[in-house]
Amino acid sequence: MVTPILPLKLDAVEVTRRGKRLLGPISLTLQGDGLTILMGPNGSGKTTLLRSMHGLERISAGRVTWQCDAVAARPHQSFVFQTPTMMRRSVLDSIAYPLRLIGRGKAEARKAAAGWAERVGLSAVMERPAHVLSGGEKQKLALARALIRDPQILFLDEPCANLDGHAIREIEAILHDIRAAGTRIVMSTHDIGQARRLADDVLFLYRGQKHETAPRDNFFNAPETDEVRAFLKGDLVV
Amino acid sequence: MNDILQGLAEAARLTVTLDATLVDITLRSLQVSLTATVIAAAIGLPFGALLAINRFPRRRLVIAILNALMGLPPVVVGLLVYIMLSRAGPLGVLGLLFTPTAMIIAQVIIITPLIASIAHQAMRDLWADYHDLLISLHTTKRQRIRALLWDGRRALLTAALAGFGRAIGEVGAIMIVGGNIDNVTRVLTTAIALETGKGDFGLALALGFVLIALAILVNLVMHVLSRTERDSRW
Repeated sequence: MVTPILPLKLDAVEVTRRGKRLLGPISLTLQGDGLTILMGPNGSGKTTLLRSMHGLERISAGRVTWQCDAVAARPHQSFVFQTPTMMRRSVLDSIAYPLRLIGRGKAEARKAAAGWAERVGLSAVMERPAHVLSGGEKQKLALARALIRDPQILFLDEPCANLDGHAIREIEAILHDIRAAGTRIVMSTHDIGQARRLADDVLFLYRGQKHETAPRDNFFNAPETDEVRAFLKGDLVV
Repeated sequence: MNDILQGLAEAARLTVTLDATLVDITLRSLQVSLTATVIAAAIGLPFGALLAINRFPRRRLVIAILNALMGLPPVVVGLLVYIMLSRAGPLGVLGLLFTPTAMIIAQVIIITPLIASIAHQAMRDLWADYHDLLISLHTTKRQRIRALLWDGRRALLTAALAGFGRAIGEVGAIMIVGGNIDNVTRVLTTAIALETGKGDFGLALALGFVLIALAILVNLVMHVLSRTERDSRW
């Protein structure tokens, strides 16, 4: 029986660097299912918020709490970075790496990795060095690596930035599947179309603050603030 | 020019005939320098990785000292090791002075900072790449060091080979602590120094060419075994 780690609660979280406040104070609760999209202009704090939730960012004030102890919650979370880190290993060994970290045998980990490689469409390149993959393939590798430990929550920081339409469609299909399988997803994106296709609810950040949050249809059809209206129209929001 | 040609011819003759003295000296050179390299790598490589991922007070000072120690004067190291191992020294009871072990100790002291410093620079760059991923994957410090050492193994091989290069060519320290005793502690570099002193430039040059060939051979073997410079490899 796996201990549920959600809901995730942020209570007046602030991130300040060199006297400049990058995020917050921000409070929110993420319940146990669905796909939340973080949107907002550049520098609005999307990445900082994702990293703060995941524990990668040093928080200056406030608290991030999980249903269980924070240390116990760590192995049940995964993060996909905007620029995926490619380890100096083969595709298969890169995907298998998180399982090796928790003591799984090499053969078992590689077998599970082969399954994920097939699922994300990398079975043809499993034995190739990870760094020679294309941008879309690297992002799919990062996704498989993030999912191989079956996380309860997956954070994605603009996973489709700089990818072509074909790669974006493949990654969105994978995200659809894992959401349907019960994985909680929190993802930042600049792509309004992608947010419309994927989101259950949207959180709009502006100048480091939670500016507007709403279910998808409300957010896109009846935005409450001028900034969101302008953003959705494609105007510059600074 | 004549001396150089004579040296080349003599080197070829000694090598082809597998001259017993040359083989003995060469094998001892390899034994001392390879052992020193293995020990120094076992110390220096993890230390370099640890230094790359750990943040602690005076870290920059430690790195600066480590870098400075790359230029340790071998003669001074030899002198210090001599004092430590001499009969009146604190480790005199071990009876190691004028043995290959004493030469290995001196070489380890000389090349460990070099290996650790090069390893640190390679590991620092790799850690910058891996930092967020390894933190995100909830790795322990030991797992991080293991990942850096494994994934950076080809850069670390370069560090170890640089250490070997310095060890095999070193003469000052091993002359002092080894004593250049025939059939006991004589190695290629000390033999070259001896033959030069005797005025036998031909033999000295021959030994020098063998030394260079040996260094190149060891590097080539290591590169072939570790499959560096292959397509799509690191």
